[in-house]
Amino acid sequence: MDLSSINPVFLIASLMVAATPILLAALGEMVVEKAGVLNLGVEGMMITGAVCGFIVAVESGSPTLGFICAALGGALLSLLFGVLTQFLLSNQVATGLGLTLFGLGLSALMGQGYIGIKAPEVFRLDIPVISDIPVLGPILFSHDLMVYLSLALVAGVWAGLKYTRAGMILRAVGENHDAAHALGYKVVRIRLMAIAFGGACAGLGGAYLSLIRVPQWTEGMTAGAGWIALALVVFASWKAGRVLLGAYLFGGITVLQLNLQAAGVAIPVEYLSMSPYLITIIVLVIISADKSRAALNAPASLGRSFHASN
Amino acid sequence: MIRLEKRPSPSRFWAAATPVLAVIATMIAGGILFAALGKNPFEAIRTIFWDPLFHESFAAYSRPQLLVKAGPLILIAIGLSMGFRAGIWNIGAEGQYIMGAIFGAGAGLAFYPSESFLIFPLMVVAGAVGGWAWAMIPAVLKTKFGTNEILVSLMLVYVAENILASVSSGLLQNPDGMGFPGSRNFGQWPAAANTEIFVNSGMHWGVVTAFIVVIFAYVMLTRHILGFQIRLTGESPRAARFAGVNPTRLILICLGLSGALAGMAGLFEVSGPAGQISIDFGSGYGFTAIIVAFLGRLNPIGILLAGLLMALTYIGGELAQLMLGLPSAAIQLFQGMLLFFLLAMDVLSNYRIRIGKTEVA
Amino acid sequence: MTALLKLEGLTKAYPGVVANDDVSFEIRKGEVHALLGENGAGKSTLVKMIYGLVKPDRGQMEFDGVPFAPVEPRAARATGVAMVFQHFSLFEALDVAENVALGMENPPSQRELAARIREVSEAYGLPLDPHRTVGDLSAGERQRVEIIRCLLQDPKLLIMDEPTSVLTPQEVEILFQTLRKLQSEGTSILYISHKLEEIRALCDGATVLRLGKVVGRCDPREKSAAELAEMMVGSKLQPPIRDAHEPGDVVLEVSNLSQASHSAFGTALKDISFTVRAGEVLGIGGVAGNGQDELLSALSGESPAARHAVKIGGEEIGHMGPNQRRQIAVLAAPEERLGHAAAPGMSLTENALLTGAVRQGLTKNGFLKWGDTRAFAELIIKEFDVRTPGPENAARSLSGGNLQKFVIGREVLQRPEVLVVNQPTWGVDASAAAAIRQSILDLAEAGAAIVVISQDLDELMEISDRFAALNEGRMSKPQPARGLTMEEIGLMMGGAHDMEVAS
Repeated sequence: MDLSSINPVFLIASLMVAATPILLAALGEMVVEKAGVLNLGVEGMMITGAVCGFIVAVESGSPTLGFICAALGGALLSLLFGVLTQFLLSNQVATGLGLTLFGLGLSALMGQGYIGIKAPEVFRLDIPVISDIPVLGPILFSHDLMVYLSLALVAGVWAGLKYTRAGMILRAVGENHDAAHALGYKVVRIRLMAIAFGGACAGLGGAYLSLIRVPQWTEGMTAGAGWIALALVVFASWKAGRVLLGAYLFGGITVLQLNLQAAGVAIPVEYLSMSPYLITIIVLVIISADKSRAALNAPASLGRSFHASN
Repeated sequence: MIRLEKRPSPSRFWAAATPVLAVIATMIAGGILFAALGKNPFEAIRTIFWDPLFHESFAAYSRPQLLVKAGPLILIAIGLSMGFRAGIWNIGAEGQYIMGAIFGAGAGLAFYPSESFLIFPLMVVAGAVGGWAWAMIPAVLKTKFGTNEILVSLMLVYVAENILASVSSGLLQNPDGMGFPGSRNFGQWPAAANTEIFVNSGMHWGVVTAFIVVIFAYVMLTRHILGFQIRLTGESPRAARFAGVNPTRLILICLGLSGALAGMAGLFEVSGPAGQISIDFGSGYGFTAIIVAFLGRLNPIGILLAGLLMALTYIGGELAQLMLGLPSAAIQLFQGMLLFFLLAMDVLSNYRIRIGKTEVA
Repeated sequence: MTALLKLEGLTKAYPGVVANDDVSFEIRKGEVHALLGENGAGKSTLVKMIYGLVKPDRGQMEFDGVPFAPVEPRAARATGVAMVFQHFSLFEALDVAENVALGMENPPSQRELAARIREVSEAYGLPLDPHRTVGDLSAGERQRVEIIRCLLQDPKLLIMDEPTSVLTPQEVEILFQTLRKLQSEGTSILYISHKLEEIRALCDGATVLRLGKVVGRCDPREKSAAELAEMMVGSKLQPPIRDAHEPGDVVLEVSNLSQASHSAFGTALKDISFTVRAGEVLGIGGVAGNGQDELLSALSGESPAARHAVKIGGEEIGHMGPNQRRQIAVLAAPEERLGHAAAPGMSLTENALLTGAVRQGLTKNGFLKWGDTRAFAELIIKEFDVRTPGPENAARSLSGGNLQKFVIGREVLQRPEVLVVNQPTWGVDASAAAAIRQSILDLAEAGAAIVVISQDLDELMEISDRFAALNEGRMSKPQPARGLTMEEIGLMMGGAHDMEVAS
């Protein structure tokens, strides 16, 4: 066992990479939930994004195009959920579960010929001098663009929800869809847009896994990341800043346990690999135990179907 | 312009007709999918739905398989349906299934090589306890702290998979296995084996249990106050509270029941068709059972039929893989589509479709 | 004066019911016009058409001399129509300024808007802090948010849908002064209500709707309330009959009941004490959201309280759940019919089982006796004149009045010794309401102790022996109902809270 091989600077830099997929997915899901829709299909949308992004990147040689198509793929799949829940008024929990099962099957089918191939190289920030600054360089200035994009997205979602009229309308729809309808807002249309945004974010998160983090395609490679993203939204009590915090904490745990595995700590590998899931459960318990706060922040119409009667 | 109009009372006709329609729609969409994959759609559909039962050379092998696959699906889905009806979402049946197998197998192996007739019953009970205990984690967390049971039960699937990996090359590893991962094979230990009751029928003890559970569930839902309370809670939690239903008790019962049934399914599987605890024991039955539960409209008889149908797609899918080179993922997708079509058509039982002029409201 | 809004032959049909049938009338500039009618007469559908939420099947409207056919509320607002909803169209988790902004087409920046909210609220005597979260406001304050949202758009026509049902008598008076001030500035007001005295006090003209049709027009100041009621209902109503009788022993005793609410924006009960005797009706008034739901839950056993807080015949039962209380003949009927008192998608038979299982012996060893249950449902339907094809129909298929008769009937037929009802006639037509009140009085006659929680003061005055009011979770001391003045009642309900008269 050699714990000295774990370098804290490298740990922080790599936790940002480990956290980015779930950060993207959780941010998207938060917007969806703010609009009053519970989409449990994050896992399915992520893995579909992962496979779409991977295929397009491999075929075109352009990771950028891959990411764009991953977002489109995720959004398209999410609209399937949108049509079912918003127009056909199906149960959101069941439909979300269905979306996950469907996405897993779809991605496995699509990705058949792509197992074992390596993804094309992604552009990485590497500014001479600045990227070489000790400590700060690797942490702040040597990532791929998606890491910065995800951070920008956190700021964008935060400001958008808090300061823009569109954000206010979105929150209003999630809070009380009947009242929003009475004031003349198009509840279904707004929710569909939020759902598509959530799907696109989940798709990006998935593609980040297959193009940068791993970077390879394997069946079921998301391994619960979508579910962890859902847990993150609860943990963050629907606040963008806290989604970031939660994602990085979680990324830290993941990276740490991987490093411990590599360092050959005397804990069996299986117990280390289950630790992120156990920690997620523990965090969920701590958050939900504080009932008053959780209840006040959850969008009041979350998960309820909207059907305008006369 | 098409619009929906809520029915005053849910339509019984459509409740029964939608699963049938969903199956037909899935066959059509699946046919298109298979055609897109370059397979003859009619041949593919026939291979999946017809050949396993009636093909002159395969049917003899695959007919018993129908019960073997349907047994665990039905057993798990019945348990899940109780919770789903009450709005309690246990989606971690896969984990409970694995833990049931581990507990049950462990309890049996502790007495190896005893030939007592009590070994198998003991394993069944231990399996049920294992699944029950695993389901009690989300149940207790939900009742004590209000933690979301969907997320917790799902996270526990990943934990269970890791435990499975750990015990199959550790605690339960076959000491005579020359270092290969995996437990002793129950097929070679008569006292612990879940044998077929009639030779070559596929009817093992798990299948019998599944049929009995279907009957029990049916009686409970239609004739017993507990079933009424479950339905009432799903329909309207506040009215249920007013009717004196204790939500905490109901959560513990529903999750416990579904966990115990999933655990038993796991034990029957490990001691029968699977034969041993191994790292790839988890086969996704716990997730497919969710589709079975919905496809059966959360109704025990419906689940029985849906379980058989879903088993057919498994066997037929394997056959299609063998005969036509249809990828196994295509079947998974096919099953997912079935659930989607069902959910989409569900709207018909609660709403009327009106085609007419635009309604602003 | 010229007409501001003119309706001609508006017709709107829904499956199985014609909500509005050839409705025509006009509102002059600066007029306060009453739209009068019972629940289900078609008032809501009519105003939804004016506000662009519903499209008429036939007929046309003219606003200020120009054809007017709003396709959505936004268009109506742009033309100069503003509406204060009966069930508030507010967002609890958002603050006042955000709520106001959501109802405006081109809201100014939040800071500017906050200043304007302060300004307008001062001018009309409706003080309001723009930064408070709406979920923490009282019902009266919430209405102010809606009114200010409308006023900020300088409407030419203000529609008010049953605005006084959430106000104390003092608050009603202040609201009327605000409305008169608006009228003097030239704003027309369409005032929807079934409260006749209010209409006589406020309105210049009235249109009466019955079953979707216009059945009369009048100047309400020249008619008596009884005449208006007859136009509205179409026949003379019998006031409930009750014989004077002496109440018996104390049956229900509540002492120092304090309890937190289980919902995020609910009201905690604070130190409530009262007694009810056999044969007595205690009426509990108060503006919605002052602890009515919580009180019912504490008495029904849904939220068990401290053991000693509730006593029945001297026995402590505060800790008991709903079914234990049913065993000792303590029954309740909550306000929300669909989703609390009854399960919407379940049949009437199943809904009869919902509370009847214990007292009617509808189970044996946990197994259900469907035959007996069905018979019980049929008995309720017959005894309480519930209009339905049969007990196999879902609760949600019944009209509000019929379902309410079913819900009340279900409890009354179980021979309660204590009955607690919340809003027994809310949203129910006059004849059904009269029948329900009569059944409550008959039950008292037979010796039951009854608690009626209601926001309808007229109803409470009609059937209560004693009266008390809930205000922010506290209860005033019960007073004999006979001889109480509206002003006294208003003060018990908390007076005008912090409202002030329009300057």
